[in-house]
Amino acid sequence: MRRVLIVEDSNAVRTFVRGALEDEDFQRAVGGFDVLEAASGFEAMALMPRGPFACIVTDINMGDINGLEIVNFVRKSEHHRETPVVIISTQSSSRDIERGLSLGANAYLPKPFSAVALQDVVRQLVAPGEG
Amino acid sequence: MADFGSESSEKKEEFFSEAQEIVDGLGKFLLDLEGAVAASRVDPDVINEMFRAVHTLKGIAGLFGATRMSGMSHELENMLDDVRMGRLDLTSNVIDLLFKAVDLYTHILLFERGEAPDPQQEIAKLLASFAAVTQPEEAPTSNIFTQFDLDPGMFGVLTEYEEHRLKSNIESGLALFRLRVRFNLTVLDTALEDLKKKAKPLGEIITYLPAPSTDESDFENLELDILMASKSDAATIDTTLSVEGLVVNPVKRRSGGGPPPKAAAAPVSKSPLPKIGAPPSLPPPTIAGPARLPQDLAPESHAAHGAKSVRPAAPAHAARTSVAPQAQGQAGQFVGKSAAQTTVRVDIRKLDRLMTILGELAIVRSAVGRLAERLRGSVEHRELGTDLHRLHRTFERQLGQMQNGILEVRMVQLGPVFDKLQRGLRAISREYSRPVNLVITGQETEIDKLIVEELSDPLMHMVRNAFDHGIEIVEDRLKVGKPEVGTIALNAFQKGNHVVIEVEDDGRGMDPKLIIASAIRKGVITEDESREMSARDAYRLVFMPGFSTKTVVTDLSGRGVGLDVVKTNIAKLGGIVDVTSEVGIGTKMTITLPVTLAIINVLIVEIGGRSFAIPLASVEEAFVYDPSLTRNVEGREVLSLRGQSLPICHLSSLFQVDAFDDASDSTRKFYVVTVAVGIRRLGLLVDRLEGQQDIVIKPLGRSLKSVHGFAGAAELGDQRVALVLDVAAIVEEVLAGDQSRFLAMAGEGRA
Repeated sequence: MRRVLIVEDSNAVRTFVRGALEDEDFQRAVGGFDVLEAASGFEAMALMPRGPFACIVTDINMGDINGLEIVNFVRKSEHHRETPVVIISTQSSSRDIERGLSLGANAYLPKPFSAVALQDVVRQLVAPGEG
Repeated sequence: MADFGSESSEKKEEFFSEAQEIVDGLGKFLLDLEGAVAASRVDPDVINEMFRAVHTLKGIAGLFGATRMSGMSHELENMLDDVRMGRLDLTSNVIDLLFKAVDLYTHILLFERGEAPDPQQEIAKLLASFAAVTQPEEAPTSNIFTQFDLDPGMFGVLTEYEEHRLKSNIESGLALFRLRVRFNLTVLDTALEDLKKKAKPLGEIITYLPAPSTDESDFENLELDILMASKSDAATIDTTLSVEGLVVNPVKRRSGGGPPPKAAAAPVSKSPLPKIGAPPSLPPPTIAGPARLPQDLAPESHAAHGAKSVRPAAPAHAARTSVAPQAQGQAGQFVGKSAAQTTVRVDIRKLDRLMTILGELAIVRSAVGRLAERLRGSVEHRELGTDLHRLHRTFERQLGQMQNGILEVRMVQLGPVFDKLQRGLRAISREYSRPVNLVITGQETEIDKLIVEELSDPLMHMVRNAFDHGIEIVEDRLKVGKPEVGTIALNAFQKGNHVVIEVEDDGRGMDPKLIIASAIRKGVITEDESREMSARDAYRLVFMPGFSTKTVVTDLSGRGVGLDVVKTNIAKLGGIVDVTSEVGIGTKMTITLPVTLAIINVLIVEIGGRSFAIPLASVEEAFVYDPSLTRNVEGREVLSLRGQSLPICHLSSLFQVDAFDDASDSTRKFYVVTVAVGIRRLGLLVDRLEGQQDIVIKPLGRSLKSVHGFAGAAELGDQRVALVLDVAAIVEEVLAGDQSRFLAMAGEGRA
């Protein structure tokens, strides 16, 4: 089973994102995957070896290891370099978003986003190959 | 109201739960912040944590369609962003607005739950005040980063805030270091907390960069590249952090690579207000130059990070210079973010279910124990009985451990409740311009989560009462030589199986004569009854329904809720309230509560052939009843015990069950069980003592709800059921229920 990693320090947002990605219709459409959650950049780093991931969804505004650093790490990593990354953030400054995209993130969704919007973005990024 | 559409109630609950947690956290940060501002020692981490908290609130409120909350959060986030980026000073005005925002959040959450009216107007009002204070100045753009030979790769992953912190550290003349460290993933959490704690006094960690490992098949370790600003040197950092395999490299300053640090040009004392994180004394900034670097520590590996040329990636909006780096932050106080991530939120009902199962297990244990005793008593099964007895002991021990474990999970600290009180008191103190200090001790005292939830209202009422009726206005205080600022102390501590919470003020105290006079005037007592009243009896009158010594009912304590409600609510939790006071010195109200409501240890007694359970927590002692030591005081039986008089209550007549014999039959033994609730004691006369047992207390059910004196019923494990005495209610009813007889006691606890 393929995996999607959510990196987000808010429980409620993680629950929301998981709900959107585990939606039955959506799973059927994209071929199905497990959802892994990381509540911080560090947790995400600890989960990295458990990849490959079909997609990584990350917040930017987190303490210690921020989302930009996750994007940077993923793009430089031999194993994860090809993994699509979606940034979800309410950050008021567009500078950080631009920075994230220039570091190699594939898409950016400003919060609040709808479950459908997230599903659309992930569907486009996840190669529909196996499903 | 939030439209959750098809969202499951679980998600909705998750939202409320997290939002409430964040709001509570904000309140706590705010109190810390206010203290820090007063001491001119603001930790930038606190501001950033608050910013991030509001940011998260906005995010989840948006997702869950709570528009009131996301709207306010948006504005609040902007304001906090201005503060953390140094564009807005932390004036008392700003802090006030933050406090108001936290209170309003609570209101909004109630509204979203459908339990409060729409706070739209209040929000609009607050947002208007936000707009009035936030007039962000255009920050001068400078490129201070060119001073340092910084790896553009690292620079490119800094968030705006991190960049700002980096800048303000450089401006204050601190040196930069890159720390390379490798942690095992299994101990990452603790290793990191440890590192943060040790690093805090040295300076500020700007960011942690996970380094793509050279060996990606290494799944066990994480290599981190840490950027840190510090006033110490590399050697000191190395020895202070003392992490195995740590490499500390100073980031080279470029000779002539940029303007000198600006801290010297921008006097910190320009404004009388404390700047965030402004260090009390900074070393004079040195002109950048290679001579300042310990050459022998200059990194060999530095070139490997690709620092050949520095791309001056100037931030779009660089910030003003007012936020200086922290020098000596209070170590580790606000680094506990990841500590929260190792916790699990559990619905208390799940714990209740576990507790019930455990209770049934305890009953099984008792039954097994009794079976073992029976077998041991019989001749042919003695050996079997001994084995069973041994097993029973093991079972008992482990069950006890499990019980303690589950109880521990139910326990929460009183801290958050106290924080809420502090916010409340702060608000009324400002509103009435009567300065008062809340001094808190024992906030780490733990008590059952269910009790805590019911505690904040009664406590708030008591604190308000202390403020309203206790603390004098400033002129009056000065007149009698008291300090201008009044003090209300909130002390909590554990005492045996009870938690004691004291609310003590240094106000005017209560005059028993005035209380009695007022009570007579209001018809609470008659003049006759008042004659024999002791001071303590008089204090208790303030807990009578509808009692108030103030002729004018203020909107503080006069919300239609009197201290009698406080007393009733505390009693529902199995607790009691006592008062002591001294005119001109102050008043102390003491709440005594059980630590937990779940499983209780009881003394089983027999009265008229029936079993009853008395919670052991209230039992002081039991002894053989000696009628010759008793005397009658106005129709009430009192026993002289070690120089004190103990009122005796014949439970058989109170419960109207037939005693085996007449108590006056001197050939029969009876027992006195002394129970105490707070400082009040009562001797309960019973036929027989059966023993101790742990029981799970079950409510009596709706049909018996009106029966007083019993807290519930419990199975005893041998198909017997016992009623559990509500000691607080019985003590109350017996000692205070009948005023005239009670008054004759003239203070039962005294010699």
